[in-house]
Amino acid sequence: MQFDSFSDFLAMGGYGFFIWLAYGLTYGLLIGLVGYCFWEMKAFHQSFRQKLARAQRIKQYQETEHP
Amino acid sequence: MFKWLHPLAKPETLYHFCGRLFPWLMLSAVSILLFGNIWGLVFAPPDYQQFDTVRIIYIHVPAALLSMSTYTMMAIAAFIALVWQVKVAQWSVLAIAPIGAVFTAISLLTGMAWGKPMWGTWWEWDARLTSQLILLFLYLGVIALYGAFSDRQTGGKVASLLALIGIVNVPIIHFSVEWWNTLHQGASITKFDSPSVHPSMLWPLLISLLGFYLLMLALVCLRLRTAILEHEQHRPWVRATLGGH
Repeated sequence: MQFDSFSDFLAMGGYGFFIWLAYGLTYGLLIGLVGYCFWEMKAFHQSFRQKLARAQRIKQYQETEHP
Repeated sequence: MFKWLHPLAKPETLYHFCGRLFPWLMLSAVSILLFGNIWGLVFAPPDYQQFDTVRIIYIHVPAALLSMSTYTMMAIAAFIALVWQVKVAQWSVLAIAPIGAVFTAISLLTGMAWGKPMWGTWWEWDARLTSQLILLFLYLGVIALYGAFSDRQTGGKVASLLALIGIVNVPIIHFSVEWWNTLHQGASITKFDSPSVHPSMLWPLLISLLGFYLLMLALVCLRLRTAILEHEQHRPWVRATLGGH
């Protein structure tokens, strides 16, 4: 352990602003990227299921109304 | 090796292969990355010249190395797509590009936050910084070119071509610190004969690097899966995979 206290750790020997700025930007971007990749997958699944359900409804309608 | 590799050119096989890999890659990526970064932030010693700002190294160097190896990976995929017309290779070019762009942006931003206290400036138009900025534009160019064509096949081809041509920038970035006078310091860990970083800093750095690497591979797997589904959505196997639940 390189620091005596938590406030010591946050201060980073006076360079806290730059170090936490770098880490904040990095983790912000990484979390954003991971979230985006998951959202993309989910959004596709959702739209695909909707399309599938719609096709099924059309098929059902055609079968019942016009035998 | 090619006997093992060849089935992966089939989209369905690759989709399931990536699906099996993904959870392990993601889990190990997050835990190894956090382990390496916390080690670097809390337990690694400060530098005798740069004091605590040296802790930025544990994200800056992995992100910068990854931005280049991700680009190399993308260019290899582009080469395979253009020469052998492998569909999944072309889709991977587009799956990889945004991930590499984010790593490049991270390397630039963390470099700025490190440059201000140590060099006295956020930005300097010198060889290393400029060539790295060009790498970011190359990634964005690949994404934009693909989007500029209404025909996905043509867009994919043109984007692959740009990705392949852009590979000349990677050695330029790597050797920029030797070829030109620059504020940026020379290579420290990629000269394998005599690494000039003390083990107390080298270990957390290498562990962070491994974490970044695994994260990149995990995200490529995830994005490639989405791309495969999108391109193959009219095939029966997609319906069988997704429609079941």
